[in-house]
Amino acid sequence: MDKRTILNSKHVEITLRRLASQLKENHGDFENTVLIGLQPRGIHVLERLKNILETDLGKELTCGQLDITFYRDDFRRREQPLIPSVTNIDFIIEDKRVVLIDDVLYTGRSIRSGLDALLAFGRPKDVELMVLIDRLFERHLPIQPHYTGKQVNTLSSQVVKVEWEEQDGADEVILCTVDE
Amino acid sequence: MDNLSVDHLIGIKDLQPSDIELIFKTADSFKQVINRPIKKVPSLRDITIANLFFENSTRTRLSFELAEKRLSADVINFSAASSSVKKGETLIDTVNNILAMKVDLVVMRHPNPGAAKFLSERVNARIVNAGDGTHEHPTQALLDAYSIREKHGGDFKGRKVVIVGDISHSRVALSNIYCLQKLGAEVMVCGPTTLIPKYIDKLGVKVEHNLRKALEWCDVANMLRIQLERQDIKYFPSLREYTMLYGLDKQLLNSLDKEITVMHPGPINRGVEISSDVADSDQSIILQQVENGVAVRMAIIYLLASKIGR
Repeated sequence: MDKRTILNSKHVEITLRRLASQLKENHGDFENTVLIGLQPRGIHVLERLKNILETDLGKELTCGQLDITFYRDDFRRREQPLIPSVTNIDFIIEDKRVVLIDDVLYTGRSIRSGLDALLAFGRPKDVELMVLIDRLFERHLPIQPHYTGKQVNTLSSQVVKVEWEEQDGADEVILCTVDE
Repeated sequence: MDNLSVDHLIGIKDLQPSDIELIFKTADSFKQVINRPIKKVPSLRDITIANLFFENSTRTRLSFELAEKRLSADVINFSAASSSVKKGETLIDTVNNILAMKVDLVVMRHPNPGAAKFLSERVNARIVNAGDGTHEHPTQALLDAYSIREKHGGDFKGRKVVIVGDISHSRVALSNIYCLQKLGAEVMVCGPTTLIPKYIDKLGVKVEHNLRKALEWCDVANMLRIQLERQDIKYFPSLREYTMLYGLDKQLLNSLDKEITVMHPGPINRGVEISSDVADSDQSIILQQVENGVAVRMAIIYLLASKIGR
């Protein structure tokens, strides 16, 4: 398997700080904004952003975790059933500004499921999408992020892996080419 | 393991402990779903389910129907009382006619033990046994165990559960015994000699005929309904005598040195196997059982449906 680093730990840190700044520009004191990470990997991005923003703003932000398993469109197309992760949204999203956060945007199907899952909790004022990595050229649905950490050109045979220090030993984004 | 080891849910006897854990883990997520403002997910929008009830039922049928609808499945209901079964149609013919309408999954209650297994070997659909005579009622056992897990935590090792009442005529009792033992709990049955099968101890359960002693031993008491409709002869002199010896009332509950959890699969004969003040007390988890029933049945249907090919 061929591997290439897209972002090393320093770049991940810089990218997250930039994304946090962009969020602050658009959401001010976050009074009416909630941040929601998509399970399973988007919650790591959310956690890092939350730390940066809470330190900068000196206040706690309203954050949640959203599982999309039951809203996916590939149920029964896989060998194994889709086993859900935890959803943790213990606040009202009605009329809130919601920022959905995920690690990688690829076909757009996960985000479509995320929007469906989100609407089961109420009707937000608006929804924005933030992703750490936007994989170009393989979108199946008309979905684009409002905030992007880095855009990368990829082939469908390639995989983008986002690794985190607490889980994988180091912050790193890798592009892997899977051998045929 | 991320997949059930079985293609049908006929009985708890066929399940591995890992199957039960998977069902519980999935039910945890569905319990979250049914407590949201919008209690529905689109997972099973291309699945059709037939609920075939050849025997009367209220809560189990409603619970299954609600579970199916909350998964967005298409649902058709059938009850023998108002069907061609009365005209002499066989079980296989009835079911095959329903399956010809492109049904993917069948939930069936039948008065004869083995009916669900019989069907699973002959029709091309997933079968969920919603009670087959006095044999098994696996979804009830799973929701009972799930409710105990919720109340007392996940570890069943050393947990002591007594099942009180009409063990002989109860499919809930047999499924509960299998389920709790697979999870590592100790099980006791308690009731009059006439309502406890002669060789029940071969299943590895304790037998006690004194209710007070049984309650002093246990952490959880599952009070079964006296199934007068299944009793062909009189098994005890009178309901009044049964209540005096095996009915759980507040006075008895309060006289114990510890707090036990009280369960009942319903419908309750208030004032017979359990008094109203016990049924409505803080120690009773009867309504939690009902709520958990929907989540557990959603999990079972979801996991079985994931094995249906397109």
